[in-house]
Amino acid sequence: MTLSEIFSSSFLLDVIIKALVVGILVSVCSSVLGVCLVLKRHSMIGDGLSHVGYFAVAVGACAGVGGTFSMEIAIPIVIAAAVLIFRLAKREGKLNGDSACAIVSTGAVAIGTLLYNLTGGRSGDICSSLFGSSSIVTISTKDVILSIALSAVVILWFALSYKTIFAVTFDDNFSRAAGVKTEVFGLLLAVLTGLTIVVGMKMMGSIMISAILIFPPLTAMRLTKSFKVTVILSAVISAVCFIIGFFLATALSLQTGAAVVTVELIFFAITATIAYAVSKSRIRSRGKSAANGNIAEQEI
Amino acid sequence: MNLIEARSVVLAYDGRTAVSNLTFDLEEGDYLCVVGENGSGKSTLLRAITGDITPAGGKLLISPVLKKHGIGYLPQQTAIQRDFPATVEEVVLSGCVKGDSFGLSWKRESKKRAAEAMELLKISSLSKTCIGELSGGQRQKVLLARAMCASDRLLLLDEPTTGLDPASAHELYETIGKINEEKHCAIVSVTHDIQCALEEARHVLSLCRGHYYFGTVEGYRAHELHDAELDHSMHHHHREEEPVQ
Ligand SMILES: Nc1ncnc2c1ncn2[C@@H]1O[C@H](COP(=O)(O)OP(=O)(O)OP(=O)(O)O)[C@@H](O)[C@H]1O
Ligand SMILES: [Mg+2]
Repeated sequence: MTLSEIFSSSFLLDVIIKALVVGILVSVCSSVLGVCLVLKRHSMIGDGLSHVGYFAVAVGACAGVGGTFSMEIAIPIVIAAAVLIFRLAKREGKLNGDSACAIVSTGAVAIGTLLYNLTGGRSGDICSSLFGSSSIVTISTKDVILSIALSAVVILWFALSYKTIFAVTFDDNFSRAAGVKTEVFGLLLAVLTGLTIVVGMKMMGSIMISAILIFPPLTAMRLTKSFKVTVILSAVISAVCFIIGFFLATALSLQTGAAVVTVELIFFAITATIAYAVSKSRIRSRGKSAANGNIAEQEI
Repeated sequence: MNLIEARSVVLAYDGRTAVSNLTFDLEEGDYLCVVGENGSGKSTLLRAITGDITPAGGKLLISPVLKKHGIGYLPQQTAIQRDFPATVEEVVLSGCVKGDSFGLSWKRESKKRAAEAMELLKISSLSKTCIGELSGGQRQKVLLARAMCASDRLLLLDEPTTGLDPASAHELYETIGKINEEKHCAIVSVTHDIQCALEEARHVLSLCRGHYYFGTVEGYRAHELHDAELDHSMHHHHREEEPVQ
């Protein structure tokens, strides 16, 4: 379908608007939550949760409720997993958080796939839950309402407790001592991340969804040194990348998730290159003496 | 009530005991110096006080005063990320989070408090610098300023002079002493620099292998002398601290 075809059909236009709303809102939520995940070195949690999302969709599909993507089944499963994974991520000792998350996430993929096999699921189902629906027609009004509610909660949470979020993200041991309820923060972050993944998975697919959690924050961090600006910039970058990726995918009949993530990757590469070039030229103009620390830092 | 009352506290990681049967009190406005060799459980004790780990046995009572006013904690190693997007000022301000958590911008009192703390530690000129661009010692001062913002009842300092040059370290102990005296803020300070710490501290908690000691500084000096005599033939490291009157 071409863009002119889309705009001449009111049905298609309706579908496109729904998909755009869900996509932009999910992109904003995921990139904002992603700032905390990336800075707390919890990137693997987003990844783990998206695998659990795959499992949850498999359960829904096999139970035969509500079509391929059953929110009613996926949401409780992913929330439970989010709580579990955050508990595990804090672990020190024999089985550390990293490995514990890996066990949960790979286990979820294995069991989810077996579920498909045992109940005679089509490989098309597996494919669409991994890479996202091949058609955006499946985006329903329910998805739109859910994504509006979710982004309202996420944005309100950031606006009202921005300072707590900063303090805990920067140093949770200190914040706990100071009297901040760090467990509440962790739980909220986990549950909201889980919900974002569930809502976004239909469009983006479970493999791609964790990319939109981490790419925009990483890109924003190259451009600014303020936490507040990082959060805002991350949301803007994420929304812009989604819009570009979405229209590319629609016009060229590509998989939406793959197109969006590729656009984000290009954005990241460009900003990283610019940041690197700027630091190089700053070093040259400043002379070698003061800048040694900077090189190492900007190169990463 | 005392700020902290520890009664036969046992602290353990995965069933392995790090501190066993520890008893001590911390009064309001007290200055307690915690000493002991590497791995004796000093940091573990501080983490238990902050609520990060729960005692495996005994009772560790934390006064409601501290629950209400918070604790200013300076961790031993903070894995601060070089790439964390935050300025020195933002980090110091984040110490005020307990009393000023609502909304997007900081209250005027918080800003004043942070500015005073930075002034006291002589880091005002760094306020707009990115936290990742600081030297180890500068960062230590920033985190100490943040801890000072977090509470005026209790500061838990885990080796506060790590990474500071000797002059700064000496100045820091004086500053901490001043905070303790002027604001009646209790201090619990872990240190290996015993001589320096004893000048300011009122009580000492020693977690040295097996024989714990808790008491006044004077009592600790006598105890140390006694210990040193016992260990005379063993070239125990306490010998270095013998010439104390
Ligand atoms: N996260 C951890 N997991 C398991 N064991 C730990 C952990 N942290 C410390 N330990 C153990 O607990 C004991 C006490 O450690 P702690 O860090 O409290 O010592 P410390 O007195 O602060 O030493 P240092 O002077 O080196 O800072 C040590 O034997 C250590 O091996
Ligand atoms: Mg220690």
